[in-house]
Amino acid sequence: MSGSVLQARVDLSHATVADPQAFRADLVAKLRGGERLVTLFGRRAGDDALVTAVTQRADGALAVSRAAVNVAHGYHELTTDFPALHCFERELHEQTGLRIAGHPWLKPLRFEGGDQAAMNAYPWYQVTGKEVHEVAVGPIHAGVIEPGSFRFMCHGEQVLHLEIHLGYQHRGVEKRLLGKPPRALLPLVETIAGDTTIGHSWASAAALETLAGVDVGEGAERLRAVMLELERVGMHLAGLSGLAMDIGHLQGASTYGRLRTTAINTSLRLCGSRFGRGAVRPGGARVDASPERWAELKKNVALLQRDLAGINELFTSARTVRHRLAGVGVLSTEQARALGVVGHAARASGVPSDTRRQAGGLWNALPIEPVTCAGGDCLARAQVRIAELDASLAWLARRADETPPRMEAPRPLGPLAPRQLVVSIVEGWRGEVVHALETGEDGALIHYKVQDPSLRNWLGLAVAVRGNEISDFPICNKSFDLSYCGNDL
Amino acid sequence: MSRFKALRVRAAQGRQYIPDLRAATPAGHRGRPVISSAACAEGCAACVEVCPTRAVALGPVAIDLGRCVFCNLCAEACPPKKIDFTPATQMAATSRDALLVREGDTQALRARAHETFAKLFGRSLKLRQVSAGGCNACELELNAAANVNFDMGRFGIDWVASPRHADALVLTGPLTKTMRDAVRLAWDAMPEPRFLVAVGACTISGGLHEGPANDRRFLDDVGPTLYVPGCPPHPLTFVNAVLDLLGAP
Repeated sequence: MSGSVLQARVDLSHATVADPQAFRADLVAKLRGGERLVTLFGRRAGDDALVTAVTQRADGALAVSRAAVNVAHGYHELTTDFPALHCFERELHEQTGLRIAGHPWLKPLRFEGGDQAAMNAYPWYQVTGKEVHEVAVGPIHAGVIEPGSFRFMCHGEQVLHLEIHLGYQHRGVEKRLLGKPPRALLPLVETIAGDTTIGHSWASAAALETLAGVDVGEGAERLRAVMLELERVGMHLAGLSGLAMDIGHLQGASTYGRLRTTAINTSLRLCGSRFGRGAVRPGGARVDASPERWAELKKNVALLQRDLAGINELFTSARTVRHRLAGVGVLSTEQARALGVVGHAARASGVPSDTRRQAGGLWNALPIEPVTCAGGDCLARAQVRIAELDASLAWLARRADETPPRMEAPRPLGPLAPRQLVVSIVEGWRGEVVHALETGEDGALIHYKVQDPSLRNWLGLAVAVRGNEISDFPICNKSFDLSYCGNDL
Repeated sequence: MSRFKALRVRAAQGRQYIPDLRAATPAGHRGRPVISSAACAEGCAACVEVCPTRAVALGPVAIDLGRCVFCNLCAEACPPKKIDFTPATQMAATSRDALLVREGDTQALRARAHETFAKLFGRSLKLRQVSAGGCNACELELNAAANVNFDMGRFGIDWVASPRHADALVLTGPLTKTMRDAVRLAWDAMPEPRFLVAVGACTISGGLHEGPANDRRFLDDVGPTLYVPGCPPHPLTFVNAVLDLLGAP
């Protein structure tokens, strides 16, 4: 129904629920065969946890499998063989109580239901040795940013290991989403990660529309895509501005920063909010695509393209910038693949992960230039973001040259189809945003699973800083640019 | 050659700061609502029903800006179109009760100037921001308040890294349980005189994230001096709220 969002839909009345052994064997076979795990989650059903796995073949096709696993009996962990599963198995254990036998690191992802006392009592990993020392940072950091704790185990200035401790932002989003009527979900969804408003709201709306059998039409999809790319441009500029600030490149910091203002003020003119709030509506889009607004879009995109060319050249050729970013925080292609890193961080490590290319719909008709870079270091992550800015702005410039999409009132959503599972994937600026919605007998939502790309990428950051100087951490952190609340939910 | 590149970038940068922040109004922004006195449709409660945060009340129609997320759903649902979200960014208050916009109210909602604050902090105000469940929208807008466009540093208002150097604690987010101790520690580390600023619907009321994952006792104990509504508040809303408190012209 939502032609431009990568989706899987399962009619649960006819789907088989596998036994744990068969489920596990099937998943192992798929992962060994080169498929990629998109998500793995569960919900409690009596003494069982109903576990759902979504995998993706190299051609982009999604497959869903499901098993009922007795929580006390559990199943044997897969993380050792497939490290990308670590966060999913930890979450399964945390959310359903499912036993995951032999798991090497069942640390809670976000200490759901806990308070700071429980978080403080957590036994951190320890590295022992005569000259090994620990540095604790957080949860409050030295800037205007979200909270999270980092514990560095160091040998001198060298980081041997970084343990990331999150959960300070846990607001109970998934539970709250179930308590609301489906048509009233979007304001809350827009704040799951406030910097990824369009990414999350489009994934959520597309899932609801598929469940309700509503086709939003090409015009609404184009407006959503324009808002999504503007969000990407705004946040890539914010990230580059922050990175420039962290390395003391002041012209980069101020120029990327003011260009971000132009990008988000373009969103403001189109939908009334600098963050794209209210742009995606169930059944459509509320974006002002009048000829005047479209002319402004064209003018602003042209300004961004013109001024970015200058600052990009200055920033990427500056010796100080290259010296500070090159070779720092390297995540190899193998590591990125093994950890299941997604988004621009994966693309900077040579993994061409971009679900826009597989979603079809308008991304087929109006393709966007894919970007990858093999370096895997902070410089590569900055270069990928710069190249993605160029690609998104070129795409937006083409849209701005066309006749604006017709504005239509959102199409009403009827009741949701009963006993269905829909998984929606949207390529947000950080990477794939995954929303999985399940309806029960009466069509009411009985499970809502949210997955921000940050969930998978945090361990990528921890691995990338190994062997680096502790003073390199801020730029490594900024280059990944991950969401705390997107992980903590 | 790089010197010329730098000069070209500098030339393109031009003048970016907004000269008069007090008069600036971002066209198209969904800001402070105005509620007309047009008669409601008989028995209609559409605005109340669509509100995601229970911010709207009837008889007379009023919007609690401490809860409002400026989603526009009430304005769209209202048959006589009584509610209009104007681009005005200036809205803040020094008490929770004052955050109410009633039917027929035409006056801008402004924080009341405080002589003591003007005397103590009028020429230099250092702020420490702590996010306790903020979704990064408030945090980005607060950062933007100090960027080259809004440039609150021109008034001597700056973000500082340490609570020890801060005069005010600026809170965002619904105050998650897991941040309870950290927020208290940051406050305790601040030298007196100090005050608290509550930014955004989440901090002021719980907003969209009101629920059992929060522990809001700190807010009740200390009591904010300044309330800055929004989801997120526009940088102009924040800067002007602080300037109002300091009695700036």
